[in-house]
Amino acid sequence: MTTTPAADTVPTAAALALGDDALVLSHRLGEWAGHAPVLEEEVALANIALDLLGQARVLLSMAGDEDELAFLREERAFRNLQLVEQPNGDFAHTIARQLYFSVYQHLLHDRLASGDGPFAPLAGKAVKEAAYHRDHAEQWTLRLGDGTDESHARMQRAVDALWRFTGEMFQPVEGIDGIDWPGLESAWREAVEDVLGRATLTVPEGPRSGAWRAGAGRQGLHTEPFGRMLAEMQHLHRSHPGATW
Amino acid sequence: MVTTTPLEEQLLELAGSVPDPELPVLTLRELGVVRAVRAHGTDSVEVDLTPTYTGCPAVEVMSLDIERVLREHGVREVTVRTVLAPAWSTDDITDEGRRKLREFGIAPPRTGATRGPVRVELGPTRREGGAADGTREPVRCPHCGSPETELLSRFSSTACKALRRCLTCREPFDHFKEL
Repeated sequence: MTTTPAADTVPTAAALALGDDALVLSHRLGEWAGHAPVLEEEVALANIALDLLGQARVLLSMAGDEDELAFLREERAFRNLQLVEQPNGDFAHTIARQLYFSVYQHLLHDRLASGDGPFAPLAGKAVKEAAYHRDHAEQWTLRLGDGTDESHARMQRAVDALWRFTGEMFQPVEGIDGIDWPGLESAWREAVEDVLGRATLTVPEGPRSGAWRAGAGRQGLHTEPFGRMLAEMQHLHRSHPGATW
Repeated sequence: MVTTTPLEEQLLELAGSVPDPELPVLTLRELGVVRAVRAHGTDSVEVDLTPTYTGCPAVEVMSLDIERVLREHGVREVTVRTVLAPAWSTDDITDEGRRKLREFGIAPPRTGATRGPVRVELGPTRREGGAADGTREPVRCPHCGSPETELLSRFSSTACKALRRCLTCREPFDHFKEL
């Protein structure tokens, strides 16, 4: 239904990488439904998940059949960042994941939108949505980091724990042209460090990639919780092929 | 640039008259989401529809409603295409649409909101609607018109709205947020 460039002009690997990021994070955020700390937050996380799902549908449709790609691929065929597949953890972990990813997505789509590549039309919309996601994550990081002793400690634990998944975001993605990846990375670091500083949090110092270097999620190598997430996400479709509602 | 024929103008009017499924006070024309109509002969029509948000679930209902209305007016074949570029902006909502939103109890989006990426300022949530630098007009309460309102949540009943409360009449209300 969505108009997309002719199939032979779409860099499939790049559409999968960006589409899988959006799909997997959307699913993770959807897991908060019914469990968020307050009603407003329930609605906020669901709305962010919905934006990401919409982006995922456009991107996966550029690469093939969206349903087949979402529900019938095995774990090793997914190209998302390991960051987005990390479990929700406590609310601070979810916010740290949102902060790291939404700043990245906002900066990346801003650059893609100003080019004339195949992702420019989607990026032009996604950058505006990501600005709200980023604002949401920044507000919560400030509130939790500069909040009570308990919220500060939890937020610090969360930003520390997820830090090692942030290096992967700046590995060049095949098929995305015209992006200055080191420049993107320094813009990201500057923005994230600014927020962490104002939130009275310490910028983590550990390595920014795990034991599996070499692109990790972008190469189809995922962390253990991802398989369990996929099992839940794909179960219905696999058990009842072609089911509609 | 292809010129629009009188038939296409008429069909555009028809497609634009369809009410928004989520905000039935607004038509799709007032919302600014019907981009173009192309007639191929008299039987076959293509409509360009743009989503407000990428994940807006109302798009599918809008497509079906447009198809139904055009079929009822004798068009045999209707294709609704979703187009993303140029990205929809709340500036595409017509003045009439803004008036209707306010009457419906929803604060309309402020204009001129979307030059470049949305820059949302950080700060306490309890604040007036205007930006810190005072360049933006405040979000006014759609019930009593007061400019003294506070943000409760950036995300409300749908992706396109934020939840606010009036500090004067104390009523909570939805604000169609700028995009």
